[in-house]
Amino acid sequence: MSHVIPYIAAIQEAIREEMERDDRVLYFGQNMATSPEDPFLKQFGPDRVRVTPISETAEIGIATGAAVAGYRPVVELYMAEFLLVATDQVVNEGTRFHFMSKGQVSVPMVMVAGYGFTAGWAGQHTGSIYGMFMGVPGLKVALPSTPADAKGLMTTAIRDDNPVLFFQNYLLLLDEGEVPDGEHAVPFGVADVKRAGSDLTLVATGYAVRTALGAAESLARRGVSVEVIDPRTIAPLDVDTILSSVARTGHLVLVDQATRHSSVAAVIAAEVAELGFSSLEAPISLVTALDSSIAYSKPVEEFVLPDEHKVVKAVEESLGLAPASA
Amino acid sequence: MANANPTDGSAPAALGAERLAWMYTQMYRIREFEERVKSTFTEHPGILRGHTHLADGAEASIVGSVAALAPDDQIVTTYRCHGYPIALGTDMKLMMAEIYGKATGLCGGLGGSMHLYDVARGFLGGSGIVAQAIPHATGAAWAAQIRRRGQVVVCFFGDGASKQGAFHESLNIASVWKLPIVYVMENNHYQASTRTDQEDANAAHGEPLSTKAKAYSMEGVTVDGADPVAVHATLADALARARSGTGPTLVESLVYRLSAHGNLIAPPGVPLNYPEHEAIAIFGNRDEYEAALRGDPVPRFRHQLVTEGTLSAADADAIEQAAREEVDEAQRFALDSPWPAPDSGLDYVYA
Repeated sequence: MSHVIPYIAAIQEAIREEMERDDRVLYFGQNMATSPEDPFLKQFGPDRVRVTPISETAEIGIATGAAVAGYRPVVELYMAEFLLVATDQVVNEGTRFHFMSKGQVSVPMVMVAGYGFTAGWAGQHTGSIYGMFMGVPGLKVALPSTPADAKGLMTTAIRDDNPVLFFQNYLLLLDEGEVPDGEHAVPFGVADVKRAGSDLTLVATGYAVRTALGAAESLARRGVSVEVIDPRTIAPLDVDTILSSVARTGHLVLVDQATRHSSVAAVIAAEVAELGFSSLEAPISLVTALDSSIAYSKPVEEFVLPDEHKVVKAVEESLGLAPASA
Repeated sequence: MANANPTDGSAPAALGAERLAWMYTQMYRIREFEERVKSTFTEHPGILRGHTHLADGAEASIVGSVAALAPDDQIVTTYRCHGYPIALGTDMKLMMAEIYGKATGLCGGLGGSMHLYDVARGFLGGSGIVAQAIPHATGAAWAAQIRRRGQVVVCFFGDGASKQGAFHESLNIASVWKLPIVYVMENNHYQASTRTDQEDANAAHGEPLSTKAKAYSMEGVTVDGADPVAVHATLADALARARSGTGPTLVESLVYRLSAHGNLIAPPGVPLNYPEHEAIAIFGNRDEYEAALRGDPVPRFRHQLVTEGTLSAADADAIEQAAREEVDEAQRFALDSPWPAPDSGLDYVYA
């Protein structure tokens, strides 16, 4: 049994259910719970639900402190770039405590951040910055592409005993999808095959999954069978599922909204080059954003971003196919 | 007259009739421009993308501040940045074209509404991230201190920004170094959709936000930001202190934002528009909003000037008509302008 809800509602559903299940879960951030009519404030009260000033260093640091002291805070940061203001708190505080204290301390907290608002939000609100955080020891990073995964990964994030960065995509917020009824937890470090195929493996993260699925659909009409894999969490990263797919297909194309050298795609390419080289029948290909900031103006914004056409072209080159519309 | 800022940077003096008329002109131009940006959402759907923030309600504060600047002074702003360049004399056509994402825009369509720059006129830009331009302004003031040409930097930001480390760290350094800077906090009483008393310790205790200046041993002043003459006098004092090497000032300018924080935040496909002001939409406080409308600084200043005999009603009408025609022309220019070349997105990554 399932129900159909938008991606953003799925995330909220997970937070609400976890707050009902565990009264140590706190939820706070900017511009939320300002009215007595706010549903979270009404249901859980001002001890557990609070609005903060625009003070990311304090917000994330307070989450860290409350987590050390036994609570399980979820801090709502809205735009991913806002957490850059507090980079020390994100990467170099709570992430280190469990290790440095020889396990005396754990920091179960979730930072929720929206990324990739490539809809005219211009240079400072459109970044796909998740790749910057995937190599931070002690930090887990979730990157859901569907409402079901959004709910399931948020549930797991709140239950996890480590700091988790939960990246939601702004362009997907209103996308509807089926979400299983009842408790729904998606394990971290387990990739999902979003579309099965046999000719080529496409691995995509977050928003790029939609791009990859669109490309796979158009290629299917030409008789090309593409497998689309979504790692769902990039730390931990499920390399095995990718390797076993590449072992069957021999071809790998990676799609990522981030710029090439800060993309998850680059890391996956390195893993497959080292661990799956003998499976490869063609060079690995990366379809990423071009190395630039995102412009306000639509034609310029579109030029630097990956799209279905660019993915199809990379697949054609990997498989040695003639271009469809040559 | 519309695009010239006739200030000479001399010590504060009584504002003459010509200067007051100039100030009303700039206030009306800003209002007309912002209303045209806002109506674009319904008149030309799809043109405006992302997030747009309007200065309506803050015109008196903006113009009173800019009117006190000397020609060589510089400003740094926030993403709510349309008003300042209008008062500094930036061509409205280039501004509207930028906001419409066109190749002819101030920044070629790369920046958009939140990222205007006009360095030639002393507008060094701002930041799309709350409070993060406050240290940039502080650095520009350090540069001015080294140059010793008597320049001052005016740093504009909102009440919400004053809860960021970047604000506190900057004010402390500016005070220690006696930098030539004036920090103008436009307090519109809402940090996006949060009331200031819900997130600011001074406001929660019924104190003005200029109280924060005390922590950094600098002058702190609160002024009625709906009165351009009062703002001008306050800025003139603060600029004089800064220019003389006495140090920075924190000015809290009380304004009321007449539009919502910004347009609707939504993915592509959802038509963008301007929601109701947060006072109504979140807090159900229509009385507060209607009182603010009654205190609208633009008609209030017109009424004052006409009543005092500084402007005739016909003069004021002519100013308003000229502003409407100028905005008409700016909008036509922006609509008719070409889109930027897609690969211009790679042209300015590195200097």
